[in-house]
Formats: sequence, structure tokens, C-alpha cells
Amino acid sequence: MRKCSLEKINLLFKEIAKNAELYLPQDQTDGSAAYKKWEEGSVWSNALNTVRSPKDFFFPQTEDLMAFKTEGKNIEVIDTRKALDDFVIFGVRACDVKSFDILDRVFLSEPVDSFYALRRSHGVIISLACSKPSETCFCKTFGINPAEPTGDISAWKTETDIFFESNTQKGKELLEKLSALTEECDDTAVVDQKAKIDAIMQKLPLKDLKTDAFGGGKTGELFNAPEWDELSEACLGCGTCTFVCPTCQCYDIKDFNTGNGVIRFRCWDSCMYSDFTKMAHGNNRLTQKERFRQRFMHKLVYYPENNDGLFSCVGCGRCLVKCPISMNIVKVMKKIGGKKGE
Amino acid sequence: MNNINDTLIPKIGVITDVRIDTPDIKTFRVVTPDGKKAFDHKPGQCAMLSVPGVGEAMFSITSSPTNEEFMEFSIKKCGCVTDWLHQAEPGQQITIRGPYGKPFPVDDVFAGKDLLFIAGGVGLAPLRSVINYCRHYRDRYGKIDIVYGSRSKDDLLDYKEIIEEWATDDGVNVHLTIDNPQEGWDGHVGFVPTYVKELGFDTNKVAVLCGPPIMIKFTLDGLCEIGFDKTNVYTTLELRMKCGVGKCGRCNVGAKYVCKDGPVFRCDELEELPSEY
Ligand SMILES: Cc1cc2nc3c(=O)[nH]c(=O)nc-3n(C[C@H](O)[C@H](O)[C@H](O)COP(=O)(O)OP(=O)(O)OC[C@H]3O[C@@H](n4cnc5c(N)ncnc54)[C@H](O)[C@@H]3O)c2cc1C
Ligand code: SF4
Ligand code: SF4
Ligand code: FES
Repeated sequence: MRKCSLEKINLLFKEIAKNAELYLPQDQTDGSAAYKKWEEGSVWSNALNTVRSPKDFFFPQTEDLMAFKTEGKNIEVIDTRKALDDFVIFGVRACDVKSFDILDRVFLSEPVDSFYALRRSHGVIISLACSKPSETCFCKTFGINPAEPTGDISAWKTETDIFFESNTQKGKELLEKLSALTEECDDTAVVDQKAKIDAIMQKLPLKDLKTDAFGGGKTGELFNAPEWDELSEACLGCGTCTFVCPTCQCYDIKDFNTGNGVIRFRCWDSCMYSDFTKMAHGNNRLTQKERFRQRFMHKLVYYPENNDGLFSCVGCGRCLVKCPISMNIVKVMKKIGGKKGE
Repeated sequence: MNNINDTLIPKIGVITDVRIDTPDIKTFRVVTPDGKKAFDHKPGQCAMLSVPGVGEAMFSITSSPTNEEFMEFSIKKCGCVTDWLHQAEPGQQITIRGPYGKPFPVDDVFAGKDLLFIAGGVGLAPLRSVINYCRHYRDRYGKIDIVYGSRSKDDLLDYKEIIEEWATDDGVNVHLTIDNPQEGWDGHVGFVPTYVKELGFDTNKVAVLCGPPIMIKFTLDGLCEIGFDKTNVYTTLELRMKCGVGKCGRCNVGAKYVCKDGPVFRCDELEELPSEY
């Protein structure tokens, strides 16, 4: 384990930024935090987490897939993929690090999505333990420990220092480059910090939320549950929950005519939108109830069925904070899960 | 970056022939610019065709895999991409990617069995690939019955091929029907599901159903009434698709993605899925 005094943190950022683009949460004028590129003078945010999840780094909200040139009846496909440099994302919380595993299972399974794979292979993740988990956090429900974040390097912050431990070869190499600014240390302070986090976790309001009622193979039991009507009744279909969610991965592919050629791009889409499944002969999800049910059944039943029981929610709480009608996955789990949900 | 393949990046296809089948369906022949087939496929699989600037859409490959020269697509005019294709002329380039989806189990489950193919409208498109595959390897299969229906005589797809090739094959019986009486038609008149029941097939065969959802539902009910077991009946689903490989999240029914785990489903498996298709 190595540590760096918080007084020297900007020197550390500067050192990282010498070799790779460095992104870290920074306070925005509206009071929220967002991942922004570090530049001389940037200030690392104290916020618990960013409004937008870091999935943007690997699965951006919009990205070009290719371009076309057409001339008469002929078409040329232009590969617009570019070589990427390494980049470092600093301060990723345990829940968000776990979301990368969930996205990996989609994008890195055969046939591998080369756009995602390229970004993923160039990203180095420095995670950060949560000193103060909040009342909307329920990562523990999904087996995630905010005191033990994973990633290429794990970090813990105390009042005075920041501690690092590498978990991968990539992480080890980066830590070695920072050796002049860090010093070897024992883990006493970190053990102490972990105990503090655990103590906070014991007091969180959502600490007893259970997944027992959910998982692969539960479609028959849960799909026609009467509770879906009431739960979905007020849903606006705005898609906010899917956009802020670190594990939502639905996308659309569209063409854009530049006047000089065509760019085919993909962008995030939402199963909460009414035209998501619309076809010439009809729509297989006609009402918001069906779309609402799809989002939660996917996270709690379909995804685990296809992925060895892994749920597609990391308990980050973003949808709890952002839904304009205060509907969210916790309410769904409590209501549909009945007694098992508590 | 040109050395890394990505399934979303298509190849160029050239339309070499356009056949007018019905008032709203045309069949397009497609090859690569050097005159080859774009890729190999199995009966029941699909391909994404696109017109840059207009969009991409999924179509069944209606030609048989045993055709080594080209692929064919029977396309119904119903929106941006399909409208555009309908005004395209030979020589026009488009893009093509695939093959996508799980094919019909032609080489194991179907082998040695009597086969009953039932199609409605453009639903013949995916079936034509299987039918011609089974006709090509005729000795691998038993008796073949084909029931095909459309709104009118003019709406029957592949009519010439059906009459001149399929109907003249040994051991292949073709049963055509149209919804309403029409001048110049002395064949059967009536809906497919009722016709199937009237024909009353013996039930120790594999049945394959393709067509509009409502036709599939009633025909399946009819088949079960005359004693067919759902484990011997196959059908295809059609949901909105974008990626074709189970990643864009668009085409799932329960935990199954139609693009990847379908479009071919056995009816008993389909029954296990939530009724959201
Ligand atoms: C597995 C599969 C196999 C198919 N095989 C064939 C085939 O062999 N022949 C054929 O003619 N058609 C086939 N289709 C349907 C074909 O994909 C649609 O008709 C086509 O996408 C419409 O595209 P468009 O751009 O012309 O219409 P758009 O302009 O996109 O849309 C017109 C209308 O069609 C809707 N639409 C969009 N996607 C689909 C879709 N996948 N299915 C139905 N409606 C859609 C739109 O929401 C809109 O209401 C198949 C679809 C699937 C999923
Ligand atoms: S569903 Fe809500 S709590 Fe779960 S990962 Fe998505 S945004 Fe976070
Ligand atoms: S659950 Fe809330 S955030 Fe999600 S679509 Fe409905 S109203 Fe919008
Ligand atoms: S078409 Fe994208 S998941 Fe099936």
C-alpha cells in the first residue's frame, strides 16, 4: 500500500496527466459534480458521486460508428474508428466500477463491440472508497462493498491522506510512475477507514433491501404481478432513469446527412420511450406499464437469467434522486418483492 | 483501424435484379461488388440491409443457402427504407451485414420427417429459404406439404416458382388459398387457419408457420385442435431491431433476444415466454 498527503494531491494529478488524459469529478456551477478533464487549477470534487455515471467513458451518449460517401449508385463505407490514447478515470465509486462489469458482459461478449472494447482497453480506473455513503445508496444489496472498491487501483481518502493499492498490471504500472509522490505505508489507517464506512452502512435506510424475490427464472412469477399497474401509473416515460443509470445499455443507430456524406452514429435510447419497439404492424409494448415493467424486469430478472445471476443494478441511487415522480427500483423491489423485498 | 471487424460495419451489396412480386412486394437479388455472395447463411437467418442516409432494416434471406451465386430478399413496401428500395434499380449499391439469428433446425430435427409449411403473405419470405433447402436435399426429408395464402391472387409471393417448380416436384403438395373469391381463380378460397383444418394433416410431422401474428395464433390453435404437439411446430417472430446481436436491447421477449435467440422459435418454447410479442 502507498499513500500521498492530500496536500500534494494536485502534484499527483499533474504527474498522472503528463502521460494520459485524466478525468475526475469536479464541482459544476449548479452544485452538482461531473467527470471533467483535469487541467492546471482543476479542483477535485468532494461530492459523493456524479449526476451522470461514468459509463460515458466507454459507451458515450453519442458516437460515430462509420461514414458513407455515395456517388450515383455507388457507396463507399468509411471506417471512422480512430486510435485512442490511454486515459485515467479517477475517483470512481465501487458501484460504478461494478457497472463496468455489467456493461462488459453485453459489449464484450461475442460478437465483441469494437467501439466499446477499444475505449475499455485504454481506460485505467482508479476507484475510491465512499467515506460517506448516503441514504439513497444500496450497493450492498447487490453484494458491492463501498469500502472495497475494485478497478485497476483502489483508493481510500482520510482527513489527511489518500491511500492506493493496485489490483491489475495496468494499475501497478501507473502506481510505479507515481512513486516519487507516494510513500510505502501500512494499512492501519485504511482498516480504520473501512470500519467507519461499515458503521455508516449499518445505519443506512436501505440496508435491509433484499433481492430474494428476483433473479433468473422468475419471469412467470413476476411478469403478471398486479402491482405493475400501480407502480407504473404515474411514470412519465421521460427516460431520465435510464440515462442516469450506469448499467442501462440500450442504444439506437441513426444516420445523419452532413450534406457532404452520411454519418452513421449510435446514441443512448430508452426502453421507457413509446416508440422504442414501434413497428409497421404495431407495437408490442403499447402502454407505459409494459415499458416500465421491461426496465425493471430486465434489471432484476432477464439480465440475471442470462448472466449467471448477476443483477443489472448496482444500487447507485441515481434513479432515486432524479426521477421527477419519485418512482424507482427500490419501490419496485419492495412492492413486487413483497415481504421478501424488505 | 480497418483490421478490426465489427458486426455493425456493413459490406457493400449490389442489387442485380428486381422482381415485382405483388403490388407491394418486390424481390431483390444482392451480390457483393465482385459478384459473390456477401456471406453464407442457414435457412431462417436474416440480414440487415441499409440505404445510407435513410436507415437500416432487418430482412429474412429468402434465397436458399444452396444458392451459391446470390442472395434474395422479398421486401414489402411499408416505410423509409422499404420505400426507398422499391424505387431502386439494378446496379444500385446498398449495404448488407449478417447473417443474424438462429436458423431452422433443418439438419437435425427436420431430417427424415414429413414437413408441413404454412405461410401467410410476406411470411413466405423466410419459408422459401427452408423450402428450397429441403427441395435441394430432397432425399433427406419425407413428404412436403405447403399451405400458402394471401389476400388475393395478385398478393401471392413467388407465384411462378410455386406453380412451375414446387408444385411439379415429386412428394411436394402445394395448397394455395386466397381470402376472397376472384375472377380467374379456381383454387381454394378462405383463410389459412381454416384451410389447414379442412386439409386435416396427419400429425406425425414437423410444421413451420410464418405470417402475421394473428394468422400464426389461429393456425397454431387449429393445428393443436387436429392433434399437433407444440414441440413439433416452429414459427418466427418479428420485433423491432437495430443491432442484430443482442446488445441494443430492443428486441427481447422476456430473457430472450429475438435477433440472437430467434427469430425461429419452437412453439412450446414460445409459450414459456411472456406474451409480449
Ligand atoms: C427478423 C425480421 C425479419 C424480417 N423479414 C422481413 C422480410 O423478409 N420482408 C419484409 O418485407 N420485411 C421483413 N421484416 C420487417 C422489416 O424489417 C420492416 O418492414 C422494416 O424494418 C421497415 O423499415 P422501413 O425503414 O421501411 O420502415 P420505417 O420507416 O422504419 O417504419 C415504417 C413503420 O415500420 C415500423 N418498423 C420499424 N422497424 C420495423 C420492423 N422490424 N418490423 C416491422 N415494422 C417496423 C416503424 O416503426 C414504422 O411504424 C423483418 C423484420 C424482422 C425483425
Ligand atoms: S437502476 Fe437506479 S440504482 Fe440501479 S444502477 Fe440504475 S440508476 Fe443506479
Ligand atoms: S420511472 Fe421516473 S425517471 Fe424513469 S421514465 Fe418513469 S418518470 Fe421518468
Ligand atoms: S436487435 Fe439489438 S438486441 Fe436484438
